Amino acid sequence: MHPVERNGDVVHIRQAIRALAQEGGLSLVDQTKMITAASELARNTLIYGGGGVVRAGAVAKDDRRGVGAVFEDSGPGIADVAQAMTDGWTSGTGMGLGLSGSRRLVDEFDLRTTPGEGTTVTIIKWAR
Amino acid sequence: MSEQADAVDLVDLLSVEGEDLAAAWVREVSGSLGRRVSAAELERELRELYEALVEALRQDAVDVHSEQMSEVRALLTELSRSRARKGFSPTETAISVFALKRVLEPVLRKGSSESVHAYLQLSRLLDELGLFTIETYTQTRDALITAQAEQLLELSTPVVRLWDGVIAVPLVGTLDSARTQVVMEKLLQALVDTGSEQAIIDITGVPAVDTQVAQHLLKTIVAARLMGAECTVSGISPQIAQTIVALGIEFEGIATKASLADALKLALRRSGVDLVAHRDGLR
Repeated sequence: MHPVERNGDVVHIRQAIRALAQEGGLSLVDQTKMITAASELARNTLIYGGGGVVRAGAVAKDDRRGVGAVFEDSGPGIADVAQAMTDGWTSGTGMGLGLSGSRRLVDEFDLRTTPGEGTTVTIIKWAR
Repeated sequence: MSEQADAVDLVDLLSVEGEDLAAAWVREVSGSLGRRVSAAELERELRELYEALVEALRQDAVDVHSEQMSEVRALLTELSRSRARKGFSPTETAISVFALKRVLEPVLRKGSSESVHAYLQLSRLLDELGLFTIETYTQTRDALITAQAEQLLELSTPVVRLWDGVIAVPLVGTLDSARTQVVMEKLLQALVDTGSEQAIIDITGVPAVDTQVAQHLLKTIVAARLMGAECTVSGISPQIAQTIVALGIEFEGIATKASLADALKLALRRSGVDLVAHRDGLR
């Protein structure tokens, strides 16, 4: 469990995910993709969610193994998920590719949000 | 028992044996610190602290934050700062305060119930002072770490001149907003200072390029372009290339190369320099 309260925390999460991805036997490309997705989502948690927590660990399903991470905040939530998932759309000052791009970087992507209550994003990258 | 009586008891407890207690305190602490603090310095620190504490108790100080304790707090702050800078552990720092409790223990053995009560009260006060010491210690360490992080920011972004009119910034590690700001400023300043028209940003040492890093890079490149310079991004590894494509970031109109060598070749060609390879090499 990692708190996301400051910019420096995003770096810690990236390092934690890197360690997990290396242990989990992900290829170099998959490691980089998972780390980048985690970096995007952790920053979203910080900037748009007003801070939150990240849980990360090894996951297994049937005979597949991989790395998973859950990004949870209790911020304002996302009013229009379809719009938020559109390339290039941002409510802030970023490029508008973080959320949609992360989905393309990982194998499993699950976004649950309730306006006014918060957002939880779960991602998994399987080892090949 | 009134507050006033308590305070007098505490003073009695500390001054019953007068000078002896302070000396015993110094002995107790110096045993745990070894020779890393000189005996004379420790003696001075603790005697000052001891006198300030007795004085504060005489003036009915009730807790660590009370007005009368300000002198004690100032001395403790100085002590923990100096310990933190010299690399002592938190335990080694706090022991200076807690050792006084151990020194006072013999008083309990022969003491009446009043002195036990006074000891407990003083003990509570010393616990607070110990915690205050650790807090100050941590603040000092935090300040040190912040200062080091700032130094790192400066150190990690050299701008090097590769050729007449060609400069390069090798980026290493994580790019956050603060660092990118420094990189951008240094690069733009170097463009002016050296009169260069070609700049190479090498990201071989950057482990991951996310949208924030990409955005910072793009802004830097646009700023350089406004100053009439061409930027090339080099050191894009296969995994970073694939990640950038998946994220959907477009580096349209920006020259990118896999290696710094390729970027240098491109920069030289753009500035009209021909590289000639001799078959036999130069003797």
